[in-house]
Amino acid sequence: MTKGKALLEVQGLRVAVAGNEILKGVDLAIRDGEVHAIMGPNGSGKSTLAQVLAGHPAYTVLAGTAKYEGKDLLDMKPEERARAGVFLAFQYPVEIRGITNSYFLRSALNALRRERGEAELDPIDFLQFLERKLKAIGWDDSMMNRPVNEGFSGGEKKRNEILQLAVLEPRLAILDETDSGLDIDALKTVAETVNKLRAPSRAFLIVTHYQRLLNYITPDVVHVLADGRIVKSGGPELAHELEAKGYDWLRDAAMVS
Amino acid sequence: MTSIEAHVQQPYKYGFVTDIESEVVPAGLNEDVIRLISAKKGEPEWMLEWRLKAYRNWLKMSEPHWPNVKYGPIDYQAISYYAAPKKLPKLDSLDQVDPKLVATFAKLGIPIEEQKRLTGVAVDAVFDSVSVATTFQAELAKFGVIFMPISQAIREHADLVQKYLGTVVPYNDNFFAALNSAVFTDGSFVYVPKGVRCPLELSTYFRINASSTGQFERTLIIADEGSYVSYLEGCSAPMRDENQLHAAVVELIALDNAQIKYSTIQNWYPGDDEGKGGIYNFVTKRGKCAGRNSKISWTQVETGSAITWKYPGCILQGDNSIGEFYSVAVTSHKQQADTGTKMIHLGKNTRSTIVSKGISAGRGQNTYRGLVKIMKGAEGARNYSQCDSMLIGDKCGAHTFPYIDVRNSTAIMEHEASTSKIGEDQIFYLRQRGLSSEDAVSMIVNGFCKEVFKELPMEFAVEATRLLGISLEGSVG
Repeated sequence: MTKGKALLEVQGLRVAVAGNEILKGVDLAIRDGEVHAIMGPNGSGKSTLAQVLAGHPAYTVLAGTAKYEGKDLLDMKPEERARAGVFLAFQYPVEIRGITNSYFLRSALNALRRERGEAELDPIDFLQFLERKLKAIGWDDSMMNRPVNEGFSGGEKKRNEILQLAVLEPRLAILDETDSGLDIDALKTVAETVNKLRAPSRAFLIVTHYQRLLNYITPDVVHVLADGRIVKSGGPELAHELEAKGYDWLRDAAMVS
Repeated sequence: MTSIEAHVQQPYKYGFVTDIESEVVPAGLNEDVIRLISAKKGEPEWMLEWRLKAYRNWLKMSEPHWPNVKYGPIDYQAISYYAAPKKLPKLDSLDQVDPKLVATFAKLGIPIEEQKRLTGVAVDAVFDSVSVATTFQAELAKFGVIFMPISQAIREHADLVQKYLGTVVPYNDNFFAALNSAVFTDGSFVYVPKGVRCPLELSTYFRINASSTGQFERTLIIADEGSYVSYLEGCSAPMRDENQLHAAVVELIALDNAQIKYSTIQNWYPGDDEGKGGIYNFVTKRGKCAGRNSKISWTQVETGSAITWKYPGCILQGDNSIGEFYSVAVTSHKQQADTGTKMIHLGKNTRSTIVSKGISAGRGQNTYRGLVKIMKGAEGARNYSQCDSMLIGDKCGAHTFPYIDVRNSTAIMEHEASTSKIGEDQIFYLRQRGLSSEDAVSMIVNGFCKEVFKELPMEFAVEATRLLGISLEGSVG
């Protein structure tokens, strides 16, 4: 785990939202192909970390750095980060009325392709491209002609995030509590898809409150975030330990140290 | 929310002035001015009498102040009621159109020269008070379709004009309609004969150029039995600090089994960020489904004007007739709009559909005002109304005043309304997928307006989408 250059390197990151400091100095390094899980109790700053890495304007960076592919990530606009391959699967995906999923995805894909100097896909080419992607993850196209997230169940919205991940093929995929609100079947589908999308050129940062998603996706590294700091990092076995012991012992440990 | 607002405020792109020698009648309104306008148009006596009757009525009327808009007093004596370029072509010969006028319309995307005409669209180009060119007139005549400036129709088709003018919007209908009836200048006249499906889209482009003038055009469209016509109007004006008055009247008449589709893309100068300048768009538009099974459909995309006051409506007189109103009204900067529709059900089994989308940004104020009236004899009438408002930023407003008056218990009425706000979260979601914030706003707004845009003729749907993008650029960022 110490070999290779980091794809994402976060150092001393302190972040506030609405004047409250949420992240109080986070350090994190993720290399190509790795899957990292961030776990922690409610209010520990997990989602803040996901949002700030994606560039949500409501969050203010107080101090620290985040380098992505060696570039200053925090200096990039959200769309620039997206085009550079940073993808956030939202905890609460928004609805876009009157715009089909398929049109939305093609617009997003073309924005990425333009950035990479590739030709844009017209609707017909896109449809073929999409069919290949759906086939690879074993999904059908039933969601494609519905308006983006409109009238979707909670589970469908989360699945739609993973579908977008599959189509947009990011280099760094951040999953913000993708498992929340999923029943066990949907959870398995999402996890299987994520496993299929694991690749040497793609890293994952999986933010989750519960260990259950990690029963299906085996992370390389597990971090525990408590009160705005990473208080412990370890291998996949750490997740099981947390499941068994809860978070309190770590919080106490953090306070002692 | 500052980032969203930064996008809506895009400079107006059609604000240029054409430097052209114009004949402008001195400001002021009296019977002599009306006689002068009538004489300039070479009108018959009955037309002048009608104008004077309207004027005398207007003098007794007062400006309506019930709309939910605010503006200072209008000095009707400070406005010039007639302005026309000095070098005007003789009829039937577009070659003689002043090249400056040709260039003006070309700049607005309306080519009027023989070689460059839009395919499939016949255009009447109106500059201040006069029509400067009407394309495809001869080709349309082969089908019996009359498409010409109304002043020409008054001279050449007096019988039709006399029979229908003022039958849908009477000369004393309201303050601005009366003013228009007294001083109207050009506008289009359309007659589609029995059983003819008009082979081209008909379109009029209204351009205000001269300062201190108003534009008072009048349009009259008659679809005879079993005919069909699709008509579209567009408009723009220079950027000026003064407010200019545009008080038009549009009358539509559909006889048995006839259909009229009337679309508007309104892009008058909206004024600056502080609300200085811009057009007062006080317009009366009404259609009468006079015949059985007739249908009138209004589609409007309103992005311009400092103040908009208009309620394109339908009088559903014929049994089984259908009225439709699809509207997108955008107010940004300090624009104000009080717009909607009136559906008056008289005939049996008459149906009406209203889909209104109001978008407010900047410090814009957007009001939907609609009336659905089911009269006693309208057995089995149906209405469906949907009013959606979207807010961009936190300094704008959306208001809805739906009036429903049902006098027949067999009526079925449905009304849906929603208000939503483009939030930082929606924009962020799309930006996180790689779209710029401009594209994000445009996608959200276009999705919101989709039900209306799909009613526009193909050629203009693209234009409407683009216009919406432009008028909202700078409101988000």
